[in-house]
Amino acid sequence: MQAKIRQKEYQDKEKEIQNIEIERGSKEKETQPKQKETQSEHKETKSKRQEIIDGLKAAVPIIFGYFPIGMAFGVLAAQEGLTRWEVFFMSLLVFAGSAQFIAVGMLAAGVSVAAIVFTTFLVNARHILMSAALGPYFKGFSPKTLFLLGIGVTDEAFAVDMAEVKNRPRSADFFLALHFTAQFFWVFSTVIGAVVGNLVPDPQSFGLHFALPAMFIGLLLMQIKAQREVVLALLAGALSIGLVYLLPGKWNIILAAVLTATIGVILEKWKVKSSSSL
Amino acid sequence: MESKVLVLIIGMMLVTYLPRVLPLVVLSQVKIPPLVLSWLGYIPVAVLAALLAPELLLQENKLALSADNPALWAALPALLVAWRTKNLFYTVLVGMVAMVVFTHFLA
Repeated sequence: MQAKIRQKEYQDKEKEIQNIEIERGSKEKETQPKQKETQSEHKETKSKRQEIIDGLKAAVPIIFGYFPIGMAFGVLAAQEGLTRWEVFFMSLLVFAGSAQFIAVGMLAAGVSVAAIVFTTFLVNARHILMSAALGPYFKGFSPKTLFLLGIGVTDEAFAVDMAEVKNRPRSADFFLALHFTAQFFWVFSTVIGAVVGNLVPDPQSFGLHFALPAMFIGLLLMQIKAQREVVLALLAGALSIGLVYLLPGKWNIILAAVLTATIGVILEKWKVKSSSSL
Repeated sequence: MESKVLVLIIGMMLVTYLPRVLPLVVLSQVKIPPLVLSWLGYIPVAVLAALLAPELLLQENKLALSADNPALWAALPALLVAWRTKNLFYTVLVGMVAMVVFTHFLA
């Protein structure tokens, strides 16, 4: 039963996306008298401003979460010998919290650049799945907008995006404002951390190393709406840990996610079948 | 900037941004079958749980299910706050404070 409702939700969502597409298309084709055009233009800029403001607001909880994590990264990176500029450029150009932590640790351990880059790929391969999940909601955005939005698909931005698109359709301005505000504060907080890095004797005594796991707890709980998702979360966690023992490297996260989503779909199909045969 | 670090940053940038950008560009252009759409719908919960579990339960790649693992204890108030408030800031703050308290308590 639940599965049926869920499926219907998905179908509705798809329709919704198509409707937005149609609306966008018709807006472009419409040939209106000049006066009306300026009126609608005015309305559009007003709503554009509102979307940007809403995007900034949606970024606030991410910023608060990023601050301790970014500080922790900056402190750690400074202690491992990275300069402030290196921290700045890494945060700006890589913008991936957990991968940056791992990379600095490996760099300090003298691991080769190629090995660090490959590990980064594995750690961030989960973003392939996240971008793929967001794609259907970003229909009709220009390639340039999609490129700019893609850069900011972090775990945090993705979780907030997903929670938002499930509530209401949003324009690209909303997501652009959200992603780039988050990125700005990520860079800012890591540089602050690098600057004060040598003043903090023991970052662990501030609980900084628990900022990232705590963030994941918050993000995960934002996604859980039904009992089935609790079950799947437990399954993904167990698989992720089990795979650490089976495979070297950092394959566990992406493999656990792929397996869990597949099992989720199978359970859904199986429930629909068993309830329709009753 | 040290050239090794520069090369590293550029390499990391490519393997981070390409996987984020390409699926977004491709999958927003094509019509996705409902089955794939529902598969993608499970991705948020699956990825986040797969990220979180090792952070709490592993210490240096070994399962640490014992009572003296402070991350396990600190996760409890964080989970409670996340569940009740759905607020990222409070969750991170409570998690960090709990971590300090439990690390101190268990040491």
